[in-house]
Amino acid sequence: MRILNYAQAIREAHAQILASDARAFVIGQGLWSPWYAGASLEDLDQQFSRDRVVDSPVSENATTGLAVGAALAGMRPIVFHPRMDFMLLAVDPIVNQAANWSYLFRGQVAVPLVIRAVINRGGEQGAQHSQALHAMFMHVPGLKVVMPSTAYDAKGLLLAALDDPNPVLYVDDRWLYGTSDPVPEEMFRVPIGKAALRRAGRDVTLVGISSMAAECSKAAEMLAEENIDAEVIDLRSLKPWDSELVLASVRKTAHAVVADPGWKTAGASAEIAATISFEAFHDLREPVERVALPDCPAPTSRLEEASYYPGAREISAAARKTLRRKPAQEAAA
Amino acid sequence: MVRIRMAEEAVGRMVETGEARCPCHLYIGQEAIASGVCAALDAADTVWGGHRSHGHYLARGGSLEAMFAEILGRTTGCSGGRGGSMHLLAVKQGILGTVPIVAGTVPLAVGAAMAYKMKKEARVATAFFGDGTLEEGHVHESMNLASLYRLPVIFICENNLYSSHLHWTERRVADNLDKAGDFHSIPSRRVDGNDVEAVYSAASAAVARARTGLGPSLLECRTFRWRGHVGASTDIDVGVKRRGELADWLARDPIARVEARLRESGIEDLDRNPIVEEIKDALHAARQASFPPPGRVLDHIYAEAACAF
Repeated sequence: MRILNYAQAIREAHAQILASDARAFVIGQGLWSPWYAGASLEDLDQQFSRDRVVDSPVSENATTGLAVGAALAGMRPIVFHPRMDFMLLAVDPIVNQAANWSYLFRGQVAVPLVIRAVINRGGEQGAQHSQALHAMFMHVPGLKVVMPSTAYDAKGLLLAALDDPNPVLYVDDRWLYGTSDPVPEEMFRVPIGKAALRRAGRDVTLVGISSMAAECSKAAEMLAEENIDAEVIDLRSLKPWDSELVLASVRKTAHAVVADPGWKTAGASAEIAATISFEAFHDLREPVERVALPDCPAPTSRLEEASYYPGAREISAAARKTLRRKPAQEAAA
Repeated sequence: MVRIRMAEEAVGRMVETGEARCPCHLYIGQEAIASGVCAALDAADTVWGGHRSHGHYLARGGSLEAMFAEILGRTTGCSGGRGGSMHLLAVKQGILGTVPIVAGTVPLAVGAAMAYKMKKEARVATAFFGDGTLEEGHVHESMNLASLYRLPVIFICENNLYSSHLHWTERRVADNLDKAGDFHSIPSRRVDGNDVEAVYSAASAAVARARTGLGPSLLECRTFRWRGHVGASTDIDVGVKRRGELADWLARDPIARVEARLRESGIEDLDRNPIVEEIKDALHAARQASFPPPGRVLDHIYAEAACAF
């Protein structure tokens, strides 16, 4: 099978959507500039016209509201926020409008809308260019939230989001744009709400979200060298999330680590850890460990920034802790 | 107009007796605006509103019984009893949703207009909102988008001089809402909102402009709400007394004005008895309807299928 990178996979999904569905259009900032979207939207405006690939004024709120209204009126918009931080200006149309309308009109209307937001961490971009705010939206009834970590899922989840009659927040991460894997050419869907088992193991369950799913896989390799057999689950969807697969795994391993690229307090990892603790309390041998960002805005300067983002090292340390194993170097000594 | 007035008076009585418990924002005094604008629209055009939208709903031909039932939280309500007074929907009549978040539906109306343009449909979207709405930033974003993409949308500002309890002089330095579109090159004009013919004529021009692809318009319709911001009382408006001002506006009753003009043309006043009967029957039917059972409270959080209109 062909190998695509994450950005190419997103682009291919857009191109196939625009080619196959006359109702689809994309609107948001930076659509005509590679600076904002990397290769993920490259030349789509040339291929499908600037009437359907609309680089908008700096109006996050009205642009998102426009997309909600267009969805209600029969279109299939994808509204694009090249930095998730800026999407906070559009919370009203997302939370009060798109997420509510089916419920408050008792199913007489639907908002088939894809809201795409990009996490832009690193590169000394600081507090307002780096935020991973998925947990805020995971909180809201009526929204769906997906966060692919592979090129395959990046394509399949975008196509599934477009098919869904509900507002779906699709969060991708610039850190992942270079990662590659086999991606089919056809228009396949990855079902929303289903996690992926990335590695089977007996000793501990590592649940990863977005870029932290890849870090979980790396951590599992590190742990394997210490004869710890980790199972890795890539959540892929946050709302709804696949508690069935996670709980089945935890019931087997009796130990769990949840790794989230967002903040710790009231974050996605809190919800998942709470569910595991409640549903699988008697199967757990130790408390669920969480690896998340400290409750602190993103710093800019390089040393502070490097210390801010946890990765495979922190995940493997958390796994050892829940297994009451000594760190690798101490064990060897 | 008379039907809206009388229906609103009935809602006011339900508020006073405590029968209607959801927040009700009455349209009494502003009837000429909804009636005049909606008379200028076609059946396929759409109307987007706010918290004070009973008048828009009725002017488009929304069912009176379904509105009463909605206010009373019954299964037969126009939103299935989920929305109450502030969330009205009548898809067939083109009432595509009213919500109390100030300016909440303004960008949505712009989005519907975007859809009509993209689908090459000769439809027009209308956004009704109050004067306080022009204090929300995304209304200006919405006007810019509508103008930039030349969308078939009409912004209808019903300036009743008060935003909740605050008079406009406590919120702005200049009486210039009729200039709100100028910065975005949107033709904007002030209309006597208590003169149904003037509203109709201005709305017709705006509809013609939108339908021929020339883009949006803004109408500032000057009016006054006779009742408080919310509820049925006339002189106490969330803590503000404004009895003197109201007396001036009662003398400019939009219904009395149009009836006087009709009388000059030899047309007798409308017989109100059929409306009295209609309201009585609609209220009776609404009261007979059941409440949604609590066991269904989780229904429709997610839509099962898209439903375009």
